[in-house]
Amino acid sequence: MSVDFCGIELAHPVINGSGTFDAIAAHRAFGDELLERFPFAAFVSKTVTLEPRQGNPPPRLWEVPGGLINSIGLPNKGLRGYIEHDLPWLAELRVPLIVNVMGFSRDEIAELVGAFAERPEVRALELNVSCPNVETGLVMGADPGETARLVDRVRPLTDKPLIVKLTPNATDVAAVAGAAEGAGADAVSLINTVKGMALDPKTGAPWLGGVTGGVSGAAVRAVALAQIHAVAQAVEIPIIGMGGVQGGRDALDLMRVGAALVAVGTESFRDPAAGARVASDLVELLANTAV
Amino acid sequence: MTRITAPFGRRPAVVTAREEHGAYVVIRARDVDGPVPRAGQFYMLSAAERWGGGEGERPFLPRAFSVLRAAVGELQFLIEDVGPGTRRLSELGPGDNLAIVGPLGNGFASPREGRKPILVGGGVGIAPLAIWQDELRAGGTESPVLVGFRDESHAHGAALLTSARVATDDGSVGHHGLVTELLEDELDDRGEEVEVYACGPPAMLEAVRGLCAEPGVPAQLALESGMACGFGACFGCVVPTVDGYVRLCVDGPVLEARMLETALVAGAGH
Repeated sequence: MSVDFCGIELAHPVINGSGTFDAIAAHRAFGDELLERFPFAAFVSKTVTLEPRQGNPPPRLWEVPGGLINSIGLPNKGLRGYIEHDLPWLAELRVPLIVNVMGFSRDEIAELVGAFAERPEVRALELNVSCPNVETGLVMGADPGETARLVDRVRPLTDKPLIVKLTPNATDVAAVAGAAEGAGADAVSLINTVKGMALDPKTGAPWLGGVTGGVSGAAVRAVALAQIHAVAQAVEIPIIGMGGVQGGRDALDLMRVGAALVAVGTESFRDPAAGARVASDLVELLANTAV
Repeated sequence: MTRITAPFGRRPAVVTAREEHGAYVVIRARDVDGPVPRAGQFYMLSAAERWGGGEGERPFLPRAFSVLRAAVGELQFLIEDVGPGTRRLSELGPGDNLAIVGPLGNGFASPREGRKPILVGGGVGIAPLAIWQDELRAGGTESPVLVGFRDESHAHGAALLTSARVATDDGSVGHHGLVTELLEDELDDRGEEVEVYACGPPAMLEAVRGLCAEPGVPAQLALESGMACGFGACFGCVVPTVDGYVRLCVDGPVLEARMLETALVAGAGH
């Protein structure tokens, strides 16, 4: 079942969450079978920043009941490195490419959006205004006014669909979504990880190198459901729903509360081909269900 | 060195045998669809039942295990019950199902021209040395194998290797002391001609790195770091190297010792 997302035709409604699947590394592990059986209808890149980033010091992971906390810190090659090394490879994928970008100021994000606006390989842009791992990431997406000013600033720079990735760590996520829509965003995606923390059981000190991190997995599914439901009441633009999707039924639930597309994230860590399994189960469920 | 790539996705592997070796359990599993891995490659394992199936449950993520031994259609893994994941895996018996992804990672590389291997293992870290010893012996190379354990019950693991020299922390079996003391003797005798292959706890690997650094003995260290995915997706398993952070799952788990600033990987062993 093909679906239309902001004018982009997708083979099915399941994509990946940004930062949860590295197609280039996965190709090293799985070879060409990955490309032949690519699990997602579109590929969303890990967050690209203007300058290269090493990311947070380890440890970066902690398993929690039904999920994990990560504190990765957005390691990436930077805009120039991404365009030079990753983009040519990702352009060969048989699915549309969505690039996720983050900056520490509106100017930085504008520079990133402007750079990708000129790249025909890139079909849509996602603005990461929500990463809780980096100090300033929280600010823009936590406040409707900040979000509106950001989208205002970058909207004129590209005709490509602009997706705003919302943070769940905000007082009123629906208000932020409404602000994004009002300023011209084409879609919103949610939820990003929920801020969390773990202590070293031996020492009682913070376990993660970045002190706090983001919780994902089945543990946050109920949060995702409620927030997508709230945002769907507030906006008309399409919603990419994610948060703890492990099977077709979870994906269907997110669509029932208003998601147009569903993204798989942490479940891909448990099963690299989870996206394909969720998609085929979802398509079957949709055929038998009125959403 | 070309790595063996994995079939894409998670697949079932039925457990065919469970053997106890003191503090350790060896699980044998049938893997009809997978390739024979290289020594030093690893798999992500989880139990098919009671593993993240219900919310609020740990284990949730798969766990990374170096392969202990492999043959066409069969894999063996060495498990020590140290937490919720390893406990669940060590309970599995014949007929139970694993879900596996692999082989993953790079594996050991052949020794450099003119050098003979020495294998050094600590605790459950002896696993990749067993398959590596098998491979070396099949090629006609007999190598010293030095293994260290906490105590007598763990030292049963030495039986998984051929002609291993044992050290124990408490002196109950073999040399009373550290396995790296045995390595020191070997290096004193013939450091010029050897290449070290090591897997074990961070402190042991750091000691191996230190011993090999000064005389310039090449060492391939199979490291451990907490992993969520095993195939480069999560960026969680990074270790610092002279080239910055690298993902142990796709750039390791075997790293040249000279690439490391330290083998004391933060968060390993949890």
